[in-house]
Amino acid sequence: MSEQTRPLIQVKNLKQYFDINMGFGKAKPLKAVDDISFDIMEGETLGLVGESGCGKTTAGRSLLHLYKPTGGEVIFEGRPIKTKKDIADFRTKATMVFQDPYSSLDPRMTVSDIIAEPLDVNIAYHPEYKDKEKRRRRVLQLMEYVGLNSEHAARYAHEFSGGQRQRVGIARALAVNPDFIVCDEPVSALDVSIQAQVINMFDDLQDKLGLTYLFIAHDLLVVRHISDRIAVMYLGRMVELAKASDIYDHPLHPYTKALISAVPVPDPKVAKANKRISLTGEIPSPLNAPPGCPFHTRCPYAKDSCKESMPVFDEIETGHYVACHRVKEIND
Amino acid sequence: MALLEVRDLHTSFFTDAGEVRAVNGVSFDLDYGKVLGIVGESGSGKSVTAYSIMQILANTGKIVSGSIKYNGQELVGAGEKVMKEIRGNKISIIFQDPMTSLNPTYTIGRQLREAILLHTDRNKEEAKARAIEMLKLVNINEPEKRMKQYPHEFSGGMRQRMMIAMALACEPDILIADEPTTALDVTIQAGILELMKDIQKKIGMAIIMITHDLGVVAQMCDEVIVMYAGSICEQGTEDEIFYNPCHEYTKGLMRSIPTSDNQGEKLQPITGTPIDLLNMPKGCAFAPRCDAAMKICIREKCERFQINDDHAAACWMNVKKAAEEGGATA
Ligand SMILES: Nc1ncnc2c1ncn2[C@@H]1O[C@H](COP(=O)(O)OP(=O)(O)OP(=O)(O)O)[C@@H](O)[C@H]1O
Ligand SMILES: Nc1ncnc2c1ncn2[C@@H]1O[C@H](COP(=O)(O)OP(=O)(O)OP(=O)(O)O)[C@@H](O)[C@H]1O
Ligand code: SF4
Ligand SMILES: [Mg+2]
Ligand SMILES: [Mg+2]
Repeated sequence: MSEQTRPLIQVKNLKQYFDINMGFGKAKPLKAVDDISFDIMEGETLGLVGESGCGKTTAGRSLLHLYKPTGGEVIFEGRPIKTKKDIADFRTKATMVFQDPYSSLDPRMTVSDIIAEPLDVNIAYHPEYKDKEKRRRRVLQLMEYVGLNSEHAARYAHEFSGGQRQRVGIARALAVNPDFIVCDEPVSALDVSIQAQVINMFDDLQDKLGLTYLFIAHDLLVVRHISDRIAVMYLGRMVELAKASDIYDHPLHPYTKALISAVPVPDPKVAKANKRISLTGEIPSPLNAPPGCPFHTRCPYAKDSCKESMPVFDEIETGHYVACHRVKEIND
Repeated sequence: MALLEVRDLHTSFFTDAGEVRAVNGVSFDLDYGKVLGIVGESGSGKSVTAYSIMQILANTGKIVSGSIKYNGQELVGAGEKVMKEIRGNKISIIFQDPMTSLNPTYTIGRQLREAILLHTDRNKEEAKARAIEMLKLVNINEPEKRMKQYPHEFSGGMRQRMMIAMALACEPDILIADEPTTALDVTIQAGILELMKDIQKKIGMAIIMITHDLGVVAQMCDEVIVMYAGSICEQGTEDEIFYNPCHEYTKGLMRSIPTSDNQGEKLQPITGTPIDLLNMPKGCAFAPRCDAAMKICIREKCERFQINDDHAAACWMNVKKAAEEGGATA
């Protein structure tokens, strides 16, 4: 990370609810993201982890205003994003690499058109690319950034391997020359050997172009490798946020502790010595989030008071945020 | 005699584009109470090896040659009647994607009961009791209620556990688990792996654990097979494979994963593109991607080479090293 000077993005009390039809004309809000706040510094990589369905993708989309947030505020470069114009401007500075390299690219489009689409859509912002030759050169430059052969420009996405498709998706996200990219599970679908290539590429691009990332993934070893700080979500809420090494070596929230203890370590001696914290109890649905701390149904430390009120997301140590009523007692 | 003996297995798919040699001379033994891990790149033939053992290949697929012996009984060419006896009773499989092997229109209870009735000589009442017992064993709470539900009402992790319950209900001698936890969250994955180990210890079955996650291997396995392009490139005890890898592909695989030791460093990926089974190179299949490749690697395929009692690899580097050392002592 370059100097950790000022936040590029500030997220304040972001909420994203979906109306779920319950039949009989009744709807119920599904609180996919519920009141999360964090900053991402310029040039930083913030990792975002948590179990399937906890709201990671939704948080990324909502932050980018691909959904209209139900509540809260996103501040980019010091300016809150409010009007349609703000959102349109923001989209040229903040983009997304989507979760599934197999389905997120249109099979009927050539690689070159897929990569250039964000330029074509935002042509008002980049009038220079009305010039066919300039557009072509930009596409080739982007392909070079992500290590794709220029001969591939005229081919279709379905002719590519998973790793190559992921590169196409990344080149496309880079097209508008953004400052910030939400990377949603960009390596999860890839084979291990290809994963390493793509992870290194994210690193290199960050150095070269000064990018800031929100890096969503469920593989904690990958996230630790690439992130400066890591945020942990549970059932739509943020439960812990700290430096990557602190999350990994010194987690404070009971859920993070369980999560880290369950990571399969690729070293037999370490793996066999590991004491896993097992979680029992029902995994609640975001449609019926329990009152109080969302983790209390599975938390080994839960007390009656945990069922009553929502713990505050508090700075427990410098730069280390945790939402747990009992954080002090259990970490003594 | 080992519980399962696979010898020089060759399995191909006969497609319009030509013969796809998916499994190319695989041999291994498996004993009671052991967990054998099979790792390797996507497309390296892990699943096809498993499907060959079960003889559940697609129509275009065929075991071309080789032998698979279960308790001394030859299965290759034994016919569908014998295989029906083996499948589910003696050897069970958990598939990569649970939805492919569950019937969406039947309740969980019905599917479990039918599997048990088919593969054991329990009566209806006993089968139901056994089904409930198995659901409890895989940590599905309120099993009586759950029996009445349909697969889509289960979460991914619950469906996977249900598959494990089904595979174990008939107390097989061998459980083949094909990426049983890939789609699951780590907390749930860890629970399922522990559960499989517990049950294995209790009933003494053998497990073949197919995965691309070296973390899962480190946690579960006694022995490991590393596959590349349809062949075994390295085979040994878990400690040998992790702490003394002797094939350049395995070494590359170990370097390319993030660990505690390479924090803040660049990962070292395996370069190049995965193998095309329709265009196999003449020499070592890994040679086009191997940084250490020598002339002989490109010319000739390396045979299996015994490193020590617990370890074999098919890489010319070992042959060269042995020759040098042998030369020095001679
Ligand atoms: N468009 C939508 N309409 C209704 N519900 C949705 C929608 N998108 C997401 N959800 C729900 O919101 C919750 C969070 O989903 P989200 O996709 O953000 O999870 P995730 O953390 O990205 O999970 P995964 O790791 O599986 O990708 C889930 O319960 C999901 O079913
Ligand atoms: N029905 C089929 N027809 C033609 N080729 C096939 C068929 N099934 C598998 N193959 C080929 O056989 C090879 C081995 O496939 P297999 O499914 O065993 O790989 P794998 O090691 O299990 O990979 P993964 O990790 O992706 O599951 C692949 O190249 C695959 O394309
Ligand atoms: S035999 Fe040669 S090419 Fe093959 S892995 Fe070994 S060193 Fe590399
Ligand atoms: Mg997601
Ligand atoms: Mg497979």
